[in-house]
Amino acid sequence: MLFEMQEQAPALQKENKMTPHIQVKNLNVYYGKQQALKNINIEIPKNQITTIMGPSGCGKTTLLKTFNRFFELTENTQLTGEVLVDGQNIYSPDVDVTEVRKVVGLLAQRPTPLPMSIYDNIVYGMQIHKMKKDRSEYKTAVKHYLEVAGLWEEVQSRLHEPATSLSIGQQQRLCLARGLAVEPEIILGDEPTSALDPISSQHIEGRLIDLKDQYTTVIVTHTLRQAKRLADYVIYMYLGEVIEAGPAKEVFSNPKHERTKQYLEGLF
Amino acid sequence: MSLFTKKHWQRRHLTETFMKFIMRVSLAIVASALGLILWIVIVRGFPSLSWDMVTKIPEGGYYMGKGGGILNAIIGSAYLATGGTLLAILFSVPIALYLKTYLGDSKWGQYVRLSLDVLWGIPSIVYGAFGFALMIILGMRASLLAGIIILAFIELPIMTRAMDEVIRRMPTDLEHAALALGSTKFEVALRVVTRQMLPGITTAILLGFGRGIGDAASVLFTAGYTDRIPSSLMNPTASLPLAVFFQLGSPYPEVQERGYAAALILTIIVLAVSLGSRWLSSRLNRYTVK
Repeated sequence: MLFEMQEQAPALQKENKMTPHIQVKNLNVYYGKQQALKNINIEIPKNQITTIMGPSGCGKTTLLKTFNRFFELTENTQLTGEVLVDGQNIYSPDVDVTEVRKVVGLLAQRPTPLPMSIYDNIVYGMQIHKMKKDRSEYKTAVKHYLEVAGLWEEVQSRLHEPATSLSIGQQQRLCLARGLAVEPEIILGDEPTSALDPISSQHIEGRLIDLKDQYTTVIVTHTLRQAKRLADYVIYMYLGEVIEAGPAKEVFSNPKHERTKQYLEGLF
Repeated sequence: MSLFTKKHWQRRHLTETFMKFIMRVSLAIVASALGLILWIVIVRGFPSLSWDMVTKIPEGGYYMGKGGGILNAIIGSAYLATGGTLLAILFSVPIALYLKTYLGDSKWGQYVRLSLDVLWGIPSIVYGAFGFALMIILGMRASLLAGIIILAFIELPIMTRAMDEVIRRMPTDLEHAALALGSTKFEVALRVVTRQMLPGITTAILLGFGRGIGDAASVLFTAGYTDRIPSSLMNPTASLPLAVFFQLGSPYPEVQERGYAAALILTIIVLAVSLGSRWLSSRLNRYTVK
């Protein structure tokens, strides 16, 4: 599956340069009575890195969490509107939430290895989705995804040690490998480097850039410099609203809105 | 006097000294009580502990000081407590996982927890009487099976609540990590929660086992007492707590001493199981996320 995608990737990319992979239509989200997202309408391009920026509390993580239906894990929430992935509304009643989360992977803020060995961490997702037939297929896949995440060299001799024995930076790459192993199309990152040291952050950013031709990537970040390093497409939010969205070059060099300009200049 | 010299006579320092003293006295009382129990059981039980005691069943006139041992009670207790514990695990693990995964802190969740706490508080003699009444209705006789069932009843609330308390401390991040991969809640419960909480679950099982093997009142009515080793689930069976009780109640001093020896054996079994499972859970600890 992944190999096929790799071959197709360059062609697809040209063809779909502006094809939206995720479309958000009239999205409103409430925590209890408080409205966290106000009438969001955006499109996220396929096989590019989109960063969501904005001051803390502006709803960027909430928006991200609507893409894999994670926000509904918080009690007392309400949502109106639509989130379409490949044209299909993931909130329609006949949608299986586990299938959504298989297609839309998440890299969390802090690395969270599962309580098992390095090997089993990668195998877990493939097993619950019954993606491989036998042990040798799992072994090959584990090696492949650890290589993709840039971790294989460091862990190949200790695959059966607890995942918690890895350093924090290695754990986050393990989480990336684990997420990729279920063959998602979209990778969400909720400030995925904020808990890491600079070198480990660089590692993760490098991987995300390597992978962007094959996956649609959406990253929430609170560091402007990271957004500038990674983004092909930018969404700027303020107080639950999308103020500006567009190709990174345009937004960074020539923001249309005063608020965006102020944010980029570091005024707040 | 320098700026930082402690003013011992100040009220807050005196309060601390006094409170620390009270804490230490309480600790000393409890620790010495434990020591005293072990000391009495060992000093009075060890001299009459013999190879015969743990390898033979009672011979005729055993309770009047003649030969034999209490192998019947040792094996009986092992059967009863192990059976009861296994049966209780069979029900308590699903209940604890259901509480965590689907009920949470909802009204129903609170109701189930309250019920379990009430069950926990019911004295074991009441369980025995309940079991006895049930057996009469079902036409059952005192048997190993009835004893196992009633011990499972006693162990169930202890085990479930202990597991529940442990499982509630499951880090949310960890659950979310598994959900993000597209797990169902059940897969998270079965493959992630149980693994992360295995040491705590082991401790909960041990608590139940300890209660089960030490309980005398409930098995008195339901499992009965016999000098023979049960050969089927329908046979009545002896148990160590009752062996202690009957021998201590005897007018013959040598039989009383054997009662202490039986108590020593019971203590050793509980201690061995406790240490063994601690070792096991430290091994299982390897993969847990701290």
